[in-house]
Amino acid sequence: MMKLKAENISFSYNKKRPILKDISLSLESNQIIGLIGDSGSGKSTLCKIMAGYITNFTGDVTIDGKEISRNGFDPVQLIFQHPEKTMNPKWKMEKVLRESWIPPQDLKDTFGLKDNWLTRWPSELSGGELQRFSILRALNPQTKFIIADEISTMLDAVTQVQIWEALIKHCRANDIGILAVSHDKDLLDVICDDILYFKELNHL
Amino acid sequence: MGKLLEVNNLSISFTQYVQGLNRHDLKVISDLSIDIDESEIVAVLGSSGSGKSLLAHTILGILPYNAHVTGDVNFKGQILDQEKKEKIRGKEICLIPQSVNFLDPLMKVSQQAVGECKDDNERKEKEKRQREVFAKYGLDESVDDLYPFELSGGMARKVLLSTALLNDPDLLIADEPTPGLDAKSVEETIQDIRSLKEHGKGVLLITHEIDVALRTADRIAIFYSGYVIEINKVENFLNSENLLHPYTKALVDALPKNGFKLTEGVQPLEDVPGCPYYENCPIRLDKCQNNKPELIEHDGIMIRCFNFKETGSEEVVSEETGSEDVVSEEVVSEETGSEDVVSEEDNNEEEINDEA
Repeated sequence: MMKLKAENISFSYNKKRPILKDISLSLESNQIIGLIGDSGSGKSTLCKIMAGYITNFTGDVTIDGKEISRNGFDPVQLIFQHPEKTMNPKWKMEKVLRESWIPPQDLKDTFGLKDNWLTRWPSELSGGELQRFSILRALNPQTKFIIADEISTMLDAVTQVQIWEALIKHCRANDIGILAVSHDKDLLDVICDDILYFKELNHL
Repeated sequence: MGKLLEVNNLSISFTQYVQGLNRHDLKVISDLSIDIDESEIVAVLGSSGSGKSLLAHTILGILPYNAHVTGDVNFKGQILDQEKKEKIRGKEICLIPQSVNFLDPLMKVSQQAVGECKDDNERKEKEKRQREVFAKYGLDESVDDLYPFELSGGMARKVLLSTALLNDPDLLIADEPTPGLDAKSVEETIQDIRSLKEHGKGVLLITHEIDVALRTADRIAIFYSGYVIEINKVENFLNSENLLHPYTKALVDALPKNGFKLTEGVQPLEDVPGCPYYENCPIRLDKCQNNKPELIEHDGIMIRCFNFKETGSEEVVSEETGSEDVVSEEVVSEETGSEDVVSEEDNNEEEINDEA
């Protein structure tokens, strides 16, 4: 079991207006933790810091007390709200997936990935279909933690269940921790072991 | 008195070029019929990418040039052609666009809301009205001179809403007004939409969030793979047993607070010869694979499924199909009947437990 820890994270885009102050949270690899907060409060910024997209912050992000190497494959993977914005529009889906790894057939089946989708361009698939790719792409065997930033906000209820069931099943079986960020309290109540309130974490 | 808006048998396809000069027609909406009355809110509910926004864009005449549209749109009893659409959009029909990206980044928000004016008098009048509407939505005078990038997501949404309401339209089309907003802003938007209804306006609410639809709409139309598969009264959505189409049931049961029930299956990528839900349907018949059901009225509910028989104003159903349908209906009612028995038993058990 591993532990992802963020300690005393502070960050501001604009010096006059700090957005994160002294945020600390931790997540174990057998846990699913929910994070809920108002729009514009800085949840996504925190996600980007923890997944290594933003580096000029103060504080520490560690796994088992060790700094995370940002060279090579990052064990903390971020999944975004809008999958269409995270894929090269000039790559077919097969290449989009292969950029990370080639998942086994049974995992593709769990996520309901149809073979004829692989030869399509990203613009030819719906948001729900693309989100399945973007999750599967993040489940490379080297991944230890998933940060899911509003991954089902744009999806209908049926697809939302399908995607979460598949993701949770895989993560429980492979000891991968999930930080689930959402506005939807009802959803977090169902899928999470524990829920954190962003307001209480942020010491602004 | 006619309906405020009537859309009849609307189909939209896009012409695409695949590999050089080979053209391909991509069908995105098929045979869509929907109507809205004054003082009525109709929600269109469907997954992302199912073509909901295109309906709004058709009514306003802002589809891209490669779109091919058949069917007609009636507004206050008149057929809308492109010329007429251009004349009344922004005046009698207004749109709250899906994304805040629709704001002009180089223009102050008050100017955008006021829009084009013929002369100074008109400008003064519109500016006064703009101030009133902004104030109503809690945007104070300091907001007038801001540029879109200086607004928070919620404020930008309010600007879009005020802009749409500035001209006091008879029909408002709200295209996904809520996703990504926190609970408080969602609540405000819901209140705004409801208050329009009280003022005698019609609202077409396009969304994928069932909760928002349930709390505002009078009727809800379910979109699946470019087809309207069911139009039902909002009360019936409180209990999935009152819904007819299996996909609609699955949608309601999949809500986190209704059990988060898993239903397998995805939408077909391309138009199929039979029912679009055939592959995933638990109550499919043999004929569903190669025949498309029509949207019919069954006990006041519009449904696209062979398991239900047409009722209502036109009672004349041909004998043969009538008898076939009766059989299938009996099967359905038997099934639901047995379920009822089970649930009664459950109740009994509970009662016994309570007594114990």
